[in-house]
Amino acid sequence: MSFVPTTLEVFDALSEGCFAQLNSGEELTLNLAAEDQLYLRLNNARVRQTTEVQQRRLTLKFQAHSRRVAYTFDLSGRRDPDLALALSLLDRARQETGVLPVDPFLTPVLDHGCSEEHHAGDLCPADTVVDQIARHTAGTDFTGLYAAGPQIRASRNNAGMRHVFSTQGYFLDHSLYTVNAAGENKAVKGLLAGAIWREDALVGTMTTARQRLERLRQDSRAIGPGEYRAYLAPAAVDALISMFSWGGVSYSAWKKGESALARWIEGEASFSPLFSLEEDFTLGLAPRFNSSGETAPERLPVVASGRLGQLLTSTRSAREYGVEANGAESSEGLRSPHMASGELAERDILAALDNGLYIANLHYLNWSDLHSARLTGMTRYACFWVEGGELVAPIRDLRFDESLYRILGSELEAVTADSALLMETDTYGQRSVGGSKVPGILVRNFRFTL
Amino acid sequence: MSVTLAANPDFASFDPLAALGRLSRDADWLGLRFVEEHTHRRAVRNGRPEHNAATFERGVMIEALVDGQIAYAATSDLTNEGLDRAAQQATDTARRLAGFRVFPFAAERERPPIRGQFHAVSERWLDSLSLAEFSDRLVQVCQHLRVSERIVTTVAEATLVETRMRYVSTNGSDIDQTFMLIGQHFAAIAHDRGATQQRSLNGPHARCWQGGLEHFDWDDLYGECERVGREALELLEAENCPTEKLDLILAPDQMLLQIHESIGHPLELDRILGDERNYAGWSFVKPDDFGTLAYGSPLLNVTFNPTLQGEFATYGFDDAGAAANREYLIREGRLLRGLGSRESQARLGLPGVANFRASSWNRAPIDRMGNINLEPGVSSLPDMIAAVESGIFMEANRSWSIDDYRNKFQFGCEYARLIEDGRLTRTVKNPNYRGVTVPFWHSLAAVGAADSFRPFGTPYCGKGEPNQVIRVGHAAPPCLFRGVDVFGGAE
Repeated sequence: MSFVPTTLEVFDALSEGCFAQLNSGEELTLNLAAEDQLYLRLNNARVRQTTEVQQRRLTLKFQAHSRRVAYTFDLSGRRDPDLALALSLLDRARQETGVLPVDPFLTPVLDHGCSEEHHAGDLCPADTVVDQIARHTAGTDFTGLYAAGPQIRASRNNAGMRHVFSTQGYFLDHSLYTVNAAGENKAVKGLLAGAIWREDALVGTMTTARQRLERLRQDSRAIGPGEYRAYLAPAAVDALISMFSWGGVSYSAWKKGESALARWIEGEASFSPLFSLEEDFTLGLAPRFNSSGETAPERLPVVASGRLGQLLTSTRSAREYGVEANGAESSEGLRSPHMASGELAERDILAALDNGLYIANLHYLNWSDLHSARLTGMTRYACFWVEGGELVAPIRDLRFDESLYRILGSELEAVTADSALLMETDTYGQRSVGGSKVPGILVRNFRFTL
Repeated sequence: MSVTLAANPDFASFDPLAALGRLSRDADWLGLRFVEEHTHRRAVRNGRPEHNAATFERGVMIEALVDGQIAYAATSDLTNEGLDRAAQQATDTARRLAGFRVFPFAAERERPPIRGQFHAVSERWLDSLSLAEFSDRLVQVCQHLRVSERIVTTVAEATLVETRMRYVSTNGSDIDQTFMLIGQHFAAIAHDRGATQQRSLNGPHARCWQGGLEHFDWDDLYGECERVGREALELLEAENCPTEKLDLILAPDQMLLQIHESIGHPLELDRILGDERNYAGWSFVKPDDFGTLAYGSPLLNVTFNPTLQGEFATYGFDDAGAAANREYLIREGRLLRGLGSRESQARLGLPGVANFRASSWNRAPIDRMGNINLEPGVSSLPDMIAAVESGIFMEANRSWSIDDYRNKFQFGCEYARLIEDGRLTRTVKNPNYRGVTVPFWHSLAAVGAADSFRPFGTPYCGKGEPNQVIRVGHAAPPCLFRGVDVFGGAE
């Protein structure tokens, strides 16, 4: 049997075994995150490191006497020793809940229903993938990460809830480097992802990347600090949108004084009517259920034409602040963000930009002033100076320091009609699921500082 | 005693050396790295429990060398069958991909045999304190942070880590290491009339060291947390940091970030080799720069020091068995040595350090920082302040960003005081500064003496593909920099 069914069989047996040991008044939720992944790290189109990881990580959330503890541990994938380990931790959890302080915001474990969603894939052996990459990137300096294999997210509780999500796909997150006439390193960034590895898709991606790389071989234009018109391509916009998950649209973060968007939430600052953002599980990239097994709405407006839709609110925040929950994860970050597209056609982007900066990617964003929703970060990869609607020259990377209330508010001039679907590439601890759908944006004035 | 902080899940016993002996050997060389790590996270917010969680990681990484290619396979199935499967997988993959290797690695050069031990030192282990008392102490910390009703959020968080790592190989390596580590985060958020400010003890999660519960001197912490609460209130009333070129003194709890981002990362040899270009980035440092580049002023002395007892990333051996020793990276301003493992050293033909480290059993080691320290100078903090006519003293990191070549940075701090005519004067809020790495380090004008040298660190250094976070330590005294661009907050 393959990884997914065998792992789920152990998960179900372990769940039943644990639920059977619960005493009256005790509640238990079990979350599984498992993967059987191949990670290929490539440099100069050669294999720097290859890591195959088979892991099944279980989180046991036990609550009793108005207290809760959570333990996460590695399963072996074998029923009897895994059950013995889980039961030993259940005993420890009982002891801890006997002595911890009462948690006034604990929420009851409820039956949030059942669902099962499996996405099949068709992947290639490692040597075939590497051989194809080497052949189709010959003559370039290719670097990147290929990740492929099944992933599982599952949640059960003793009230009857059972949700399962599995997917088998790959991503090739990559960069192609070159050196321009002045000896500067230049690169284009790309992401190829899907459920079925196709050589022709790789060929198409590399052909486009090579063409863009050609433009980067021109001499760079040094652009000084100042305000410029700017077009931000979808990958750059995605970096901005990711900051909404850094406390931005979390109900709890707002109440704790940690949200950078507090002034917008409180009606003292505004976003442009052109800006709409929702949590959109119809993208099909992430499971709708959270780690409590609660199912989020298929679509949840967060920013609706610049105005506040709903803040992401977990059941714990709902309990603490006396508001309604909306299926958010306890961290209250976006799991499937979708920024609404606009009307600017792809073919009109450069003409609309006229004179300014074409920014493909942003790098290393951080809040520089929470109160004013100000961010700092860098331009990265294929960024160009544009004059008269024509790409004139690549630029040397610039640091920006700018408020989201300007980028997505007063200075937002247009949003593109086309959007990019960007699969999540985070692999901290395990490969993440999810992704986002974002368009490009045209900004009247964007502040660069260094 | 009742329920203590120590937890001992019912893991089946495992003998790494015996397990290695049972593996079939189709590879030229095999390594087996076993990791078991227990991480307890106890967090209290506003005096109420927020997190009581623990993670028990346990698994094995097999590495196989075939025809000069190394491949890794990780598993948490520690049965003979599970380990054999992983070993065969790593061996097969190494063989299939040998033709695509970046370098012909050799066991005798990159994995020479070594035997040794390194064991945690602690005055108070986790079984010496009850969970109930520890929880109550964290609640009391929150009470001490809340010095006013204008403090709207208080956080007291502790992370307690116990790690065991055993590394064995078919050519006779046998390394056994244990670690006890702690992390602390104590913060207060003040709010009044539309203004919000956070102040924490040395910045978020910077208080991390090796050792045990002896790091929780509760009476001292209560006093420090009251100061943190008062300073959060002070920031509410403070004016914005001015925008101008000023002399800048950075406290050790901000020096940690300055060292980390603008010395540690650019000196990683795998970055210089381009391995990291698709993720965290490359480096402005070139191989020819070692031995020649004037990285900073002659006052700049930086070491890789895995030997400093109690610092967060102190260890005896890296994750490929290289013995860890103190080395100068920069001496009197001149760049001498990079942060590179035996693999990077062989690829570049440059000396390096023992820094091949993995975040856990499920990741392959890569070039990482360990403890990267700025060595003490001779100045006292009062003398540095007295030497400044117009300047600012910043403490505790709040914001960080640097480009992918590690040149253009912008960092922010929680708390700052202006220096006017040699004296600390007004407190200012939202202090930020920016610069470019090498010119910035050349502006280093004074380095604090040994009595002001303080170790901090971070548990969250992210890097690698697949991604990994790792613990690093940074010890430094306060330092003075001349003529830095500083600025405050504003839309």
